[in-house]
Amino acid sequence: MTEFDRRVFLAGAGAALLGATSRDTPGQVTLPFGNGTRSMVQMPGKRPMILLTTRPPQLETPFAVFDEGLITPNDAFFVRYHLSGLPSEIDPRTFRLRIGGHVNAPLSLSLDSLKRDFPVSEIVAVNQCSGNSRGFFDPRVGGGQLGNGAMGNARWRGVALKHLLAKAGLREGARQVTFNGLDNPPTDGIPDFVKALDVDHATDGEVMVAFAMNGEDLPFLNGYPLRLVVPGHFGTYWVKHLDEINVVDADFDGYWMKTAYRIPDNDCACVEPGTKPEKTVPIGRFNVRSFVTSHADGAQVPAARTTELRGIAFSGGDAVKQVLVSTDDGRAWQAARLGEDAGRYSFREWRLGVTLARGRHAIRVRATTAGGETQPLEAVWQPAGYMRNVVETVRVEAV
Amino acid sequence: MGSGQQTFVTAFIVVSALAVLAVFPGVHGEDRVVPPSSLAPVSFVMPEETTPPELADEGAELVVSTCSACHSLEYITTQPRGMGEKFWHDSVGKMVKVYGAPIEPADAQAISDILADRFG
Repeated sequence: MTEFDRRVFLAGAGAALLGATSRDTPGQVTLPFGNGTRSMVQMPGKRPMILLTTRPPQLETPFAVFDEGLITPNDAFFVRYHLSGLPSEIDPRTFRLRIGGHVNAPLSLSLDSLKRDFPVSEIVAVNQCSGNSRGFFDPRVGGGQLGNGAMGNARWRGVALKHLLAKAGLREGARQVTFNGLDNPPTDGIPDFVKALDVDHATDGEVMVAFAMNGEDLPFLNGYPLRLVVPGHFGTYWVKHLDEINVVDADFDGYWMKTAYRIPDNDCACVEPGTKPEKTVPIGRFNVRSFVTSHADGAQVPAARTTELRGIAFSGGDAVKQVLVSTDDGRAWQAARLGEDAGRYSFREWRLGVTLARGRHAIRVRATTAGGETQPLEAVWQPAGYMRNVVETVRVEAV
Repeated sequence: MGSGQQTFVTAFIVVSALAVLAVFPGVHGEDRVVPPSSLAPVSFVMPEETTPPELADEGAELVVSTCSACHSLEYITTQPRGMGEKFWHDSVGKMVKVYGAPIEPADAQAISDILADRFG
């Protein structure tokens, strides 16, 4: 396709997907923060998505997708890489997953062996980028300037990591397990992307080496042929193109654990805006979030008639127990009806019928977990721009 | 009922069922049978990239030729505006000190200055 054809095609595709609004020129979308104009692009295995960066590929899911169903389609699932040395070809017949280090019997598993020789299970779980929603931080922080679309919910199919580690046999003193994929740094100076989990976490039966997503092979850009699934935990641990698992007898001190992906070591994972935390820890579980998906900011609804509001809520594994909705900017709240329960790591749908008088209304939505964790009414701040979970507000006009 | 009508009715029921699924899309609505994986190698070609208009002139040549050695240039142009000179200086410094980018100090300074001037 020539560059001209490509642009014309993307322009049409983008407009059709978004329902072109007056703010958006064809093939572009403007996220609602400063310098938020992005191109819509189509990469292999994907529908037109919001381009953050081309090399390495980073794509955000257009938010309207989250109203189409609780499962995020593979071709709309967000993409995030750190290193631009992506593998150019992966041969499923020769691919091997190696498990070694502080184990009794190192393993080298073909995809066939993985699927045939170990118990296969499924889990529905949200993956969310640590920096999802970073563009909304105020004051702004550097890093990937994402809207709310760096998250998705999928049915993952694979082998629980504990079965693989049991087969290899952990040696006395095993402390952490590290994970590396086929993507590599473009130069020697950049640390390879390797992540680590404590042994107890790695063997909890939930952490999974997944080979399928929503009933299909993983899309290349989501980690084909294997990726780590760490339910309830931020996407940084969900290593893609996973081919190397290593058991270590000390705390792993690689750059992507020791220096990057750190959060303030306090209850709110936050600091005064503009300041630095005194002490940090590696990022871990999601904090609870909820969104309105049925209506975009600025939407019009019929006045004095029932409008059904709908959305999603999710947490780091402490199940969402209640979703409250306010139609008057947070003065009065009413409980929404929760939908199908697909497990404590999945998106949970909520619905509420409301009748709005003519005029403008600020709809706010707030989720609470069984353990009492809830969303802050005012946004908190931290220098890396991770873990935003403020109560969201959508303004609608009843006419 | 003729066979044509039969087909029509059957088709209508199927479409209705699909419509229900579309209105109430749940996580269990999918066919749970996993299709066989292809045995063919999967290849990936990095998508074509373009120089963002903000960096497409002569004055930004050093930025384009240096920074794009490791990453596409949206990494720069999507950052918030008005972050100040220190933000850009620190960002380039991180590329050199933390990520080992082979950039001479004079070039690093020049790149920081260009970015601060355009996006600071």
